[in-house]
Amino acid sequence: MVVEYQKEIGGMMILIKSLKFRHIKNNIVKVISTLTASVGLFFLCWILYEVLKRGIGAYNWAFFTQLPTPPGIMGGGLVNAMVGTVLITLLATCVGTPLGILSGVYLSEFGKGTRIASAIRFINNVLVGIPSIIIGMFIYTLMVAPMKSFSAWAGMVALAIIMLPVMVRTTEDMLNMVPDALRESGLALGAPKWKVTVGVVFRAARSGILTGVLLAVARISGETAPLLFTVLNSPYWMKSLKEPVANLTVTIFNYAMSPYRDWITKAWGASLLIMMAVLGLAVFSRLLLRNKGTSN
Amino acid sequence: MIEKPEVQISIRHLDFFYGKSQALFDNNIDIYKNHITAIIGPSGCGKSTHIRTYNRIYELYRDQRAEGEILMDGQNLLSKEIDVIDLRRRVGMIFQKPSPFPMSVFDNVAYGLKLNYRIRGSELSDRVEMALKQAALWNEISDKLDNSGTALSGGQQQRLCIARAIAVEPEVLLMDEPCSAIDPIATAKIEELMLDLKSKYTIVIVTHNMQQAARVSDFTAFFYTGRIVEFGETDKLFTKPKEKQTEDYITGRFG
Amino acid sequence: MIILGILWELFRNSKLSLAKFGLGFLTSSQWNPVTEQFGALSGIFGTGMSTLIAMILAVPVGLVIALFLVELAPPKLSSFFGGAIELLAAVPSIIYGMWGLFVFAPFMATYIQPFLGKTLGFLPLFKGPPMGIGMLTAGIILALMILPYISSVTRDVFRMVPPVVKEAAYGVGATNWEVTNGVTMRYALKGIVGAGFLGLGRALGETMAVTFVIGNSHRISASLFASGNSIASTLANEFTEASEPMYLSSLIELGLVLFLVTMVFQVAAQVWLWSIKKKLAV
Repeated sequence: MVVEYQKEIGGMMILIKSLKFRHIKNNIVKVISTLTASVGLFFLCWILYEVLKRGIGAYNWAFFTQLPTPPGIMGGGLVNAMVGTVLITLLATCVGTPLGILSGVYLSEFGKGTRIASAIRFINNVLVGIPSIIIGMFIYTLMVAPMKSFSAWAGMVALAIIMLPVMVRTTEDMLNMVPDALRESGLALGAPKWKVTVGVVFRAARSGILTGVLLAVARISGETAPLLFTVLNSPYWMKSLKEPVANLTVTIFNYAMSPYRDWITKAWGASLLIMMAVLGLAVFSRLLLRNKGTSN
Repeated sequence: MIEKPEVQISIRHLDFFYGKSQALFDNNIDIYKNHITAIIGPSGCGKSTHIRTYNRIYELYRDQRAEGEILMDGQNLLSKEIDVIDLRRRVGMIFQKPSPFPMSVFDNVAYGLKLNYRIRGSELSDRVEMALKQAALWNEISDKLDNSGTALSGGQQQRLCIARAIAVEPEVLLMDEPCSAIDPIATAKIEELMLDLKSKYTIVIVTHNMQQAARVSDFTAFFYTGRIVEFGETDKLFTKPKEKQTEDYITGRFG
Repeated sequence: MIILGILWELFRNSKLSLAKFGLGFLTSSQWNPVTEQFGALSGIFGTGMSTLIAMILAVPVGLVIALFLVELAPPKLSSFFGGAIELLAAVPSIIYGMWGLFVFAPFMATYIQPFLGKTLGFLPLFKGPPMGIGMLTAGIILALMILPYISSVTRDVFRMVPPVVKEAAYGVGATNWEVTNGVTMRYALKGIVGAGFLGLGRALGETMAVTFVIGNSHRISASLFASGNSIASTLANEFTEASEPMYLSSLIELGLVLFLVTMVFQVAAQVWLWSIKKKLAV
């Protein structure tokens, strides 16, 4: 296969490697990499397909409107869990987003180059990587144990903490992308720094930051482990935020591990909901970024 | 200068496109064997684009394409039958920015050798030494072959790139503004090197420095907005240009 | 400014909790040496093993995918595939868990594991009944989850290779693969390690997906088919049932272990990435 022939070069005989062989090797590599990339795609499709298939089976009017029935009894729905998830996510977002954005602004605009900023950035990046279950446990010891009860507040705080570093990083990145020329023109007009930041720079980075928010929301709405430690779950409507509140993710966890077929089906239904929400947000925010980017 | 120079490459009706916009228009030129041909012209006029067709390096980028004929040894280099990999070995390229690989000096020069030839051990070191000597770099770094290629000075890096290219015994050397990123002393060394090299290789050099073109080249082509305005022996082109545009450029009226 | 305070608080509070658990550590290992020691070990083993499998699978695949996206695929295809891979990252952990438990595990039990058992069954790695859930399955699912992270960081690193150098390599007459192997990889090596760290950190702490498919038994076994547990999965499973303070505190101590390990890796990864950025920026 490897065709070699001699060639005289500079007085020395050297064998030349077969070109064909090298081309074939090149092509083999190409094929392998294409296949590998397809593997990733394949799994994604498989997962989507299964969730869709099994989740749809759970959908009926009751699913969306009724409370869960006692274990073993068919029927009922997960409306309280849906409301709960939305509520907790929203609350967490309200807390985590402003804090995150403010910090991002600080890192990018005011603290640039300072050692404090570098330290914060470093800690922040480490925070991003901390497993969500640990954050859950942390809040448990901080809020649940002393208060002697699981609560929606605790869950909200946990989710906010998870959201925070992501927001900080996204905000900082987005603000950094705004060219300095913009800032300088604002300042050159005699505006104070904070006004330039809020009015000019922020506006320019707005769509990027919005995307960041959406992605962060998508991330926390799918979280289970931290809620397990903080909010737990409940089969009833919630009465106050100081007690366990029903939510979709923990419900999925509980139902899936149970022996009841009906519950497992419901778990799929809830999974589909979460999946659609998360993927929907993710895709939507990507599209948003793409559109705004071109219209700039 | 030889009385009847032999044509090595013959370009006929070469057009080039970046996506939908055309950059080169009906280029026709002859490159003579074992001579130095310079390509001059104002920035953005297509000089680099032109020589990048010779070794089809533009094919790395999807929306760039060339049409026409580039004839070497009777074959059209642009045709699909030509093996591009082999072509690039026969037509070497030196870039504007010295670009040594992130490896030792030795490995830099050996890179092309190892790819293209079955060669090892002492044969390999001999070939590397030969290439470095031809590139007038051997004396300076014979004891530093293991140093990283990126640790050399700009002029040395560029000579390393030259050594790397000539190690695989090309027929033609394309140089795209090889001296624009290095200091004048190193430039002088490289120009001297070029005059030595032309006895073994055919050299085509793109330069925005007219004095350089006048110093080293035998033939010169003047490019303007993607067209070859004038082509001829360097002395004649610089002293008695045929086209007014050429004269304007040379006397510095524009560009 | 505000954030400074909050971050600081967070850290301080973690330290307080650490101190509290620290006591739990001592008392629990005294009181229930056999179960708890063993328990912690199996959790650590499980976490380590599943992560190892995931890394072995995900790093090469992620690399190849990044290569594909940067070098080989035409731009439209590249962004499509790239987007698809990133969606893999967006899928919540619990969905992976559901899919893993109800779809993938049975698949593994029916097709893959018997196959492996027949062909490679002489290795202790593949002995035992093919139940579907177990270390191997957990490892594979973890690999799927960290794949997008590795792939996207590696992709960024590949993009940072200066085009001139690549052109020079092609200019000497090299094929796609030869250029990639010889030149691009050299530039990218350090970045790839950084990507590896990132994926590692994520895999270590991954909870829900692993919990669903790892089997949850406090066992250490050589076989990849056997079930085990990871720290995270133990925490998830047994936390709600921990009524006694000792049980609880030992669970918390387990969490502490995970926290420290993750922290170490995160910090290491940050430092590493920071040092490459400095190098490449020069």
